[in-house]
Amino acid sequence: MAERKKTTILVRRGKKLNKEGEKIMTSPEECEALRKAFSGPHGVEEKSMLEILVKCNPADLTTFRKKSPDIFSDDECCFEKWDSSHMKFLENKFLRFHRAVIQRMMHPWERDALLVRKSLEEKPPLYNLLIELACTRTSDEFLGARKAFQCLYSESVEEFVAVRVEGFQRRLLVALVSTYRYEGMRIDEAAIKLECQKLGRAIKTDKKNEIEKDDEVLRILTTRSKHFLKTIHKCYKESYDSNLEEDLDDIQILRDTVNCLCAPPIYFSKILDTVMSVDPTKQDIEALTRVIVTRTDVDMKDIAEEFNRKYGAPLIERIKAATLGNYRDFLVALVKRGMAN
Amino acid sequence: MATLLAPEDFSPGEDAMALNKAFEGWGTDEKNIIWILGHRNADQRKQIRLAYQEIYLEDLIKKLKYELSGDLERAVCHWILDPVEREAVLAYESIIRNYRPDYRVILETALMKSAEELLTVKRTYQFLYKRSLEEDVASHTSGDMRKFLVAVVSVYRYEGEEIEEEVAHSEANILGDEIQGGGGCGGGGALNGAEEIIRILSTRSRPQLLATFNYYKRIHGTSITKSLDGDPADEFSAALRAAIQCIKNPKRYLQKVVHNSINRLGTEEDALSRVIVTRAEKDLKEMKDVYLKKNGRSLEDAVASETTGDYKAFLLTLLGNQDYF
Repeated sequence: MAERKKTTILVRRGKKLNKEGEKIMTSPEECEALRKAFSGPHGVEEKSMLEILVKCNPADLTTFRKKSPDIFSDDECCFEKWDSSHMKFLENKFLRFHRAVIQRMMHPWERDALLVRKSLEEKPPLYNLLIELACTRTSDEFLGARKAFQCLYSESVEEFVAVRVEGFQRRLLVALVSTYRYEGMRIDEAAIKLECQKLGRAIKTDKKNEIEKDDEVLRILTTRSKHFLKTIHKCYKESYDSNLEEDLDDIQILRDTVNCLCAPPIYFSKILDTVMSVDPTKQDIEALTRVIVTRTDVDMKDIAEEFNRKYGAPLIERIKAATLGNYRDFLVALVKRGMAN
Repeated sequence: MATLLAPEDFSPGEDAMALNKAFEGWGTDEKNIIWILGHRNADQRKQIRLAYQEIYLEDLIKKLKYELSGDLERAVCHWILDPVEREAVLAYESIIRNYRPDYRVILETALMKSAEELLTVKRTYQFLYKRSLEEDVASHTSGDMRKFLVAVVSVYRYEGEEIEEEVAHSEANILGDEIQGGGGCGGGGALNGAEEIIRILSTRSRPQLLATFNYYKRIHGTSITKSLDGDPADEFSAALRAAIQCIKNPKRYLQKVVHNSINRLGTEEDALSRVIVTRAEKDLKEMKDVYLKKNGRSLEDAVASETTGDYKAFLLTLLGNQDYF
């Protein structure tokens, strides 16, 4: 009776024994699970990796390596060598959760100061990141980031940006990072109408490179309060029957500026959609962490609603489908927290 | 050092009552108003305003505006304000009141204080006028002047003492190229575009800029302000010169503003009042010394000879002079 029990148990577990009597990981599901645990750009499935790697023995691992010629190759060496770029790639995936935790715990001023630095030190530079930081933070939040920047780098944000950018981009970006916008709700109705007309005239009649040189377009976007600009956005829609940012579509940095100032949820939900689509670029990958971590306490509810409306799927479901492990759990929890606020 | 003479002991209630007495009747007792307010510091003036409001249920400033007039009224009504509020009000008036903003006031507001002080003024400005200082400066100026003034007013300047010598050297060359590229050194030629001048002047820290100006003199054999000398009608160049002078030596710059305000055909009272009122509690004493050195007569003598009546008495009181009573 004891013998029968042993057989039953062995059969149930589906384990075969090799010559030495050791168990082998022959289950194709387990092989697949291990591969899946670190596939996809967003995170790793720590729990499943832990279980499988503890269970399997050296022979299993050799089999796994031989079955993964895209990661391990024995062309040049007498063993299955791990491809170094994949190793780096995997390291970054492990770091997704680590980076998300750091961003969440760090003081927002330090976090934003580091992001400002990064935006212009990356090649190519990330103007949209700089615009996002300058325009979606409140005046005092971004001022804090500017102070932190000085503390960290012994120079002002204005100097840093002005030296690295030229021409029209310099005028726009330096103005955006310098301005200390009025955050109140008082607006001058007459000025709204007038400036809406100025924008309309500039956009409808000028060619692209003329809009860039238009001092009034720049002045309005870089000095007016956010409430003022949102009201102009509405007025523009009523007057010209189109959205301001769509009409500025040719000039990406102006379009991003308008979106960030007038409707951050639209801007952020677009980034989320891009980054969770198939094969995002490296820069996009970091955006997933940044958007969720920085907006959870601000307007995550609005972003989730906009995302659902525009892309037809709940944000949380998309995140669950696109991410793995602790990283996934962390992002999902942050989104849930933001939506409950 | 301040020139203001204010007693340690005072009673805001008594002062408020004395001021009210000065308003009573047909005329106004300007002398008493000047005697009281001209000898009170910012904190004391604040208490007097509060006491007056409490006792008479009226805003003291409104009352002063009603009872006084002309240059005296403007000077006293600026004087009575809290210093930060005063800066915001002066900036606002310089932008809105005139047909063209007085760039000197905006530059003085922006360049003669620390980054935090400027920020406090901008916050006060937003509180008072429900718009940002940047918006108002931008919407009332144009072209290069707009780019420059908005940049200077917006920047949160780094205040460390570090200087990068290489950067100072290279930017001195850049400035030289931009200034002299247009029409020769000191020849009054129009600037060959101003992007780099605006960038450097409006973003670099003060120590960095001083190093740059030194290199400029070494490389080009003449100071940067002399290079910018030219057509007096070119307001933008004048603004650049004013900004550089303000950065290099604020006291010398201010004494020049005062000197010019007196020596122009007809005294420019607004500028004269502004400097005396805003510096009386700060460093007017040192400025007086600079004025004497540069002009060979004391500032009090200059004010006494070029202004009259109660307005003169008020300015002299703020200058620390007791003799005109």
